Amino acid sequence: MADAPFGLLAELTHRCPLKCGYCSNPLELIGRADELDTAQWRAVFDQARALGVLQVHLSGGEPLARKDLPELVRHASGLGCYVNLVTSGLGLTPERLADLRGVDHVQLSVQDAESASANRIAGVRAFDHKIKAAEVIRDAGLPLTVNVVLHRLNLDHVGEIVALAERMGADRLELANTQYYGWALRNRAALLPTREQLARAGEVVAAAQARSAMEIVYVIADYHEAHPKPCMHGWGARQLTVAPNGDVLPCPAAGVIEGLGVENVKDRALADIWHSSPAFNAFRGFDWMQEPCRTCARRELDFGGCRCQAFQLTGDAAATDPVCSLSPHRGVVDLILAGGPASVEHRAVVR
Amino acid sequence: MTALSAVPRLRRGVKAAYDETRDSHVVLFPEGVLVLNETAAAVIGLCDGRTSVEGIARRLAEDFDGVEVDDVAELVARLVARRVVDVDG
Ligand SMILES: C[S@@+](CC[C@H](N)C(=O)[O-])C[C@H]1O[C@@H](n2cnc3c(N)ncnc32)[C@H](O)[C@@H]1O
Ligand code: SF4
Ligand code: SF4
Repeated sequence: MADAPFGLLAELTHRCPLKCGYCSNPLELIGRADELDTAQWRAVFDQARALGVLQVHLSGGEPLARKDLPELVRHASGLGCYVNLVTSGLGLTPERLADLRGVDHVQLSVQDAESASANRIAGVRAFDHKIKAAEVIRDAGLPLTVNVVLHRLNLDHVGEIVALAERMGADRLELANTQYYGWALRNRAALLPTREQLARAGEVVAAAQARSAMEIVYVIADYHEAHPKPCMHGWGARQLTVAPNGDVLPCPAAGVIEGLGVENVKDRALADIWHSSPAFNAFRGFDWMQEPCRTCARRELDFGGCRCQAFQLTGDAAATDPVCSLSPHRGVVDLILAGGPASVEHRAVVR
Repeated sequence: MTALSAVPRLRRGVKAAYDETRDSHVVLFPEGVLVLNETAAAVIGLCDGRTSVEGIARRLAEDFDGVEVDDVAELVARLVARRVVDVDG
């Protein structure tokens, strides 16, 4: 039997006031009418806790778009879970945050170091709201992680981004190079950085890590690497995602893999899905692997990379992640890197 | 290794808890969960911002056999590296 999961990513809604062109959410967003209701989410949290989940990430879309967020926070916290609110910060007033007692930590996303560029990336005027939101979070005494997704349009400002996060009073800063799923995959040509940009940013980040009191986590740009990321620390190993409509996924992007056999919390108990659904068992452990992963010494370090990326770029979800230099499909990635830049399309908005 | 006079405490945003599903003490923090063995749980319980590493070792010696202050200091250093505890002094 698989070990119990530690984390639940609860995507409460796909609704969001922002339109980030790098958003990893799917192109086909789930509308409000199909979202789980309050009682259903509470039941998901009950089942998740009984299964072993200790950490609940309330995300989306924008979790603040759910009117029942205070009740959901209270419920998850009451079960003994560590509650992480993952938010754009829009709508996070002192009053709203006061209603969210039980939140243990806030992760606030920011698009760039200054207002004009940040708003261009977000597709709406969001920057000033985020500065205020950070203040509100700090005034409430909550620990704050600032998350910035990096790409061609903001990588050259990474030094200023670090300075901004310090001014915002962040305890942690996540500088995450764009992962190409959903809208980011569609906008890939516009978002892909150059090798030179990445090299320069890497130096700035290393210097900041050595100097800053903030913890700075840098997530590498996997297309430019020789080996893939250890995606999800292994499929169905530590975390599960529940989508706004109740679909239970091994990772937030897994909906793209055709024929995976995704099941829904409305039809089956969460523990049964975790332990015995085809979707979760498809790529658990190492038996599903093909060459070169099957006999590779690194397989316990990177688990063969990302299944969604393998599917998206090779059509076979069980293939070696094609960003790997040992993959027979690495040429696909090199070809993408050789392509020219394009312009960004903003993420659609659902209501 | 952490100095013996250093005073550790849980970092802001870190919570110690007991997990019935795993029958273990755990610490919860933004980036993850640490499942603790009995000694680590006892040390974490004494990271209260008042007790020094030396003091923690002395308190542990009341309940456990063979407590070495250097082992406690090393464990605290590992918890500092995982950003679970902070030290003063
Ligand atoms: C999808 S968002 C949902 C929560 C909220 N709307 C926000 O942006 O913070 C969850 C997290 O994923 C990050 N993110 C979004 N798209 C990403 C991508 N393509 N690659 C890496 N991280 C991404 C966001 O910055 C945010 O921290
Ligand atoms: S990444 Fe941007 S568009 Fe996507 S959910 Fe978060 S704020 Fe909304
Ligand atoms: S061949 Fe597979 S296991 Fe080996 S480094 Fe590449 S992705 Fe990782």
